[in-house]
Amino acid sequence: MEIRAGSRLKSAVCNTEVIAVKAPGEDMDIRCGGVPMLDPSDTGEEGGKPDAAAADGTQMGKRYVDSNETIELLCTKPGDGSLGIGDALLAIKESKPLPASD
Amino acid sequence: MNLMMLLEMASSGFGHRVAIGSRDGSGMTYQDLYDQSGRASDYLQQRNVEHVSFFDESSPALPVSLFAAAWAGLPFVPLNYRLSNVDTYSLFERITPTFTISDGAELENIISGVDGVQSTAWHLFLTDSAEGAIPEPTWNMDPDEIAVLLFTSGTTGDPKAAVLRHSHLVSYILGSVEFMGSDEDEATLVSVPPYHVAGIAAMCSSIYAGRRIVQLPFFDAYEWIDLAIKEEVTHAMVVPTMLSRIVEELEKNPSHKPDTLRAISYGGGKMPRPVIEKALELFPATNFVNAYGLTETSSTISVLGPEDHRIAVESSDPEVRKRLASAGKPLPSLEVSIRDEDSNEVDPGVSGEIWVRGEQVSGEYLGHGKRLTGDGWFPTNDGGSLDSEGYLFVEGRIDDIIIRGGENISPGEIEDVLLQHPNIRDAAAVGMADTEWGEIIVAVVVLSDPDFFSEPEILGFSKEHLRSSRTPEKIIMLDELPYNETGKLLRRVLKDGLVNQDNSEG
Repeated sequence: MEIRAGSRLKSAVCNTEVIAVKAPGEDMDIRCGGVPMLDPSDTGEEGGKPDAAAADGTQMGKRYVDSNETIELLCTKPGDGSLGIGDALLAIKESKPLPASD
Repeated sequence: MNLMMLLEMASSGFGHRVAIGSRDGSGMTYQDLYDQSGRASDYLQQRNVEHVSFFDESSPALPVSLFAAAWAGLPFVPLNYRLSNVDTYSLFERITPTFTISDGAELENIISGVDGVQSTAWHLFLTDSAEGAIPEPTWNMDPDEIAVLLFTSGTTGDPKAAVLRHSHLVSYILGSVEFMGSDEDEATLVSVPPYHVAGIAAMCSSIYAGRRIVQLPFFDAYEWIDLAIKEEVTHAMVVPTMLSRIVEELEKNPSHKPDTLRAISYGGGKMPRPVIEKALELFPATNFVNAYGLTETSSTISVLGPEDHRIAVESSDPEVRKRLASAGKPLPSLEVSIRDEDSNEVDPGVSGEIWVRGEQVSGEYLGHGKRLTGDGWFPTNDGGSLDSEGYLFVEGRIDDIIIRGGENISPGEIEDVLLQHPNIRDAAAVGMADTEWGEIIVAVVVLSDPDFFSEPEILGFSKEHLRSSRTPEKIIMLDELPYNETGKLLRRVLKDGLVNQDNSEG
């Protein structure tokens, strides 16, 4: 699926939903729980379980990035699967909380 | 990306929390706010307009119309309601056809009958748009759609409309606010008007953090304190004039003081050191945060945090102490660079123009395009410097720099010195035309005790602390300096006043 900033994706195997906040606008094999993610409008086959190698879960409001930070996904609904590109899992983008300024 | 994303996440993550209003149970929850924004988006779409505008003081209709406009795919335009009628019409002319939320009273009368303007009172907007089904969440996710247009305060010339696209505001929030980062008991007191970038940013960041919004539509120090006590406010953002009035009020009436404040952030202009020192004393348990930002950068670009404040106040190292007057360090999500007149980066400690680059930076004006360099830098037109550890010192608009005998002098440097004088409460340094020097430095001061005004004494004080070429030639005492309502010193007004005074004397 072609992923660009603003694209929404949902997991095929758990409740995870994400929005791409940064993306190169190319075809990418974005997965959740080891299974390719779906367009939210996709009403096809859902169910099954996350693959054991990608089952650490997602956290609401966290941003997930690949090692080169070419893509950044914001988790808008949490679930049991882990996010990845192909077999490579994405990591939480760590950020130091800033004091409220406005 | 769309601003609505932030509210959708808030409503699904903590929909039961109170988003806006009182802690007495009358407030609107995040779920209410989401539902109401959805219904209002339908209502707005039926108006067949190109912009949704907000011509009123803060009210719960502000977040509803902001998010409803985002949902409907219409730019949201908060307008200054303190302008002359002529100036007001010229702003409206640029956004018609528009639907505007107003006060149902004096303000609305000004614009009633203007071509292309439909208006309603804010409370009617809330009740009239409360009917009907909540539409499917099908807002546009194109990050380049316009979210908000903000007319910049324009102390000179025609106001320009800064364009903030969804990508800018969403990037700013994602880069600076932790989702649900607030405890459930936190509440923020918003007293900046809706047409100030901080007023819009406050809506977005509070909602994403899950911090209840308490609005004070018209700032008054007593009311601010009173509301902070009643609503057990934990956070607040103030401009320097507000903080200075709060400090004065608390000195008059020390027992009427909120004790729930965990953090006060200030910005929007230069904070006089005596005011911040006094405030730190009055609120020893409160964290102070100084934020520097611009409309064109979706609000904050650098922050002096609570720890920085403490370290600066307690340090004996002058370099560290000085940082209390700094704007802290740039947000990790963006870059700041200081450039000379030829656009080359300068060394730490050297003044130049502040440039900024990052996803939250728009630098675009309606009808004028983007004012960005080829590689994405926005020259802010603010002068400043970075110190050896990356603390940013803001010196004010480059246009305000005084050029005396070929030497560039930042008014801020002179003002900082003057404000250390025990009897000087407020100060401004301006350049006045002079045949010999091009410009000479005139210092305008406001005294705590005007009876003790002595020009030679203040000149002497200045000479002790400033290089001779930077010492004011003349000291003028005024009762008050002219500020706009969001705390920006109106240097042009001040200068024009001095010129006129000179002419009438001469």
